[in-house]
Amino acid sequence: MAEIRNYTLNFGPQHPAAHGVLRLILEIDGEVIERADPHIGLLHRGTEKLVESKPYNQSIGYMDRLDYVSMMCNEHAYVMAIETMLELEIPERAKYIRVMFDEITRILNHLMWLGTHGLDVGAMSIFLYAFREREKLIDCYEAVSGSRMHATYYRPGGVYRDLPEKMPQYLKSDSRTAKELAVMNENRQGSLLDFIADFAKEFPKSIKQYDDLLTDNRIWKQRLVNIGIVSADRAKQLGFTGPMLRGSGVAWDLRKNQPYSVYDKLEFDIPVGVTGDSYDRYLVRMEEMRQSNHIIEQCVDWLRSNPGPVMSDDHKVAPPNRVDMKDDMESLIHHFKLFTEGYCLPAGEVYSAIEHPKGEFGIYLILDGANKPYRIKIRAPGFAHLAAMDEMAKGHMLSDVVTIIGTQDIVFGEIDR
Amino acid sequence: MEDLKEQLIETFGEKNLVEAFGQLTLTVDSNDIIKTCLKLKDFFYFDTLIDLCGVDYLTYGQSDWDADASSSGFSRAREVQGDEDRHKQRFAVVYHLLSVSKNYRLRVKSYVDEAEPIIKSVTDVWTSADWYEREAFDLMGILFENHKDLRRILTDYGFVGHPLRKDFPMIGEVEMRYDEEQGRVVYEPVSIEPNVNVPRVIRK
Repeated sequence: MAEIRNYTLNFGPQHPAAHGVLRLILEIDGEVIERADPHIGLLHRGTEKLVESKPYNQSIGYMDRLDYVSMMCNEHAYVMAIETMLELEIPERAKYIRVMFDEITRILNHLMWLGTHGLDVGAMSIFLYAFREREKLIDCYEAVSGSRMHATYYRPGGVYRDLPEKMPQYLKSDSRTAKELAVMNENRQGSLLDFIADFAKEFPKSIKQYDDLLTDNRIWKQRLVNIGIVSADRAKQLGFTGPMLRGSGVAWDLRKNQPYSVYDKLEFDIPVGVTGDSYDRYLVRMEEMRQSNHIIEQCVDWLRSNPGPVMSDDHKVAPPNRVDMKDDMESLIHHFKLFTEGYCLPAGEVYSAIEHPKGEFGIYLILDGANKPYRIKIRAPGFAHLAAMDEMAKGHMLSDVVTIIGTQDIVFGEIDR
Repeated sequence: MEDLKEQLIETFGEKNLVEAFGQLTLTVDSNDIIKTCLKLKDFFYFDTLIDLCGVDYLTYGQSDWDADASSSGFSRAREVQGDEDRHKQRFAVVYHLLSVSKNYRLRVKSYVDEAEPIIKSVTDVWTSADWYEREAFDLMGILFENHKDLRRILTDYGFVGHPLRKDFPMIGEVEMRYDEEQGRVVYEPVSIEPNVNVPRVIRK
């Protein structure tokens, strides 16, 4: 009789459920995982080395490309680190705009996660529903920064420009009738804030739809409940943050516990799980979307009634007004210096962290007084989560590995850096 | 945080603790790292290792330009700098600790020897150190004693060198292409030139 042996299975890097370029070496006994060894780095671009070779403002764009489904949150951590070093106070309106876009980003990220997680475990339609709403939020990105993904909208000192007064509309085209066009542009008649307010009003209905599709769905529960259980103590040991930690029942959220920007002035709740399995993490993220929506509503209200500057007037850091440059020599010098050499930060080190949709995203800067960072370390939440793959997958079936990848909300831009 | 500061000073001495921007940095001797980390975990409730990274201080505080040269641009660029400019120790390992239960943070820094950059692994204290130490080994070449699986993590299979070290060129050492004749991928020395668009300057 043939000898029964464990065998090794190569999963990825070209696999639709690998969320990018994850390569897993799985040691399998029958269909049970004995050991999972993730091989990462296939998307390593040397971001840290690149950032060390460029003036501070030229690296904001690299931040977008880290976790490329929650772009503005990455930027936020980076500009916050610089602002801490400069001890720069930024306008209140800029803070609210940032918080609003952080929460829009959180919804963007969670919608992406929900769609692909559903797709991974066999729920096809949720993907289409999730991307329907995602499209509207991507339009908000585009309206404010001109770019659908890599915005580079946050700058040290504030945000690049104020919210547009007019929401861009769909144009006439041969492929759509005037009537269709009118429907498409119905919520785009006013400003960007009107559009976001309209979105925030409608979004709870969309969440209800996802809820109806999945929460009590028998197949969904069979695939998620009791898969990848992590206890609260283990979650802390493994360096989990964000929904991964909250799913295990630890009420830890930097927005509440170590508030930055204007989160201490806003009202929202922190959902936590009970058992720490994939289903709990699903419920936590669903509730986070509702809470984010609530924060967006509060920000819209505040922004409507509080016009003002959105950029610091410290022209050592923030570019001067274009018109001033025409006849003010100092402005011209500032502009020239800022866009050639950049600015120098004092020597020292700082760690700034934000509650990223995936967990704690931190930027650790070591500076020597130059116009470029001496050393930057990007603390990506997904890195710690993926490191726990072996522990989470052990003893589960092969198909559950896909669920665990999904529940960890893996994005390789930030893990490989 | 004031309580934490007082207790840390009591335990580790005042000269090892620095506060800047509301963040505490504790410097410890690399031989004491395990002892210190266990103490921090058990008595100060630092239950999470948020981050661990290696630092290379080789060119710290050095600029591409001479301090008073501003008129003639790149021609005044400095090539090699004297020993007096150098940071006293080349490598350091930096740990970022977080206490979820007490809600405070601490940065622990430990300098390691340049000739033999070895430090004890803290994987037995915090499990999350596993991959972070692999990363620090891969990118910075710092060795972690007693680490069970110290392989490269981010760079390619068979990669040579430690890319985040300051003496590793920005453009890399080798480039890769498919060779028709040999029918396989071959590695060759890089053909591109290093290019600095904005020189590094330090202004006080």
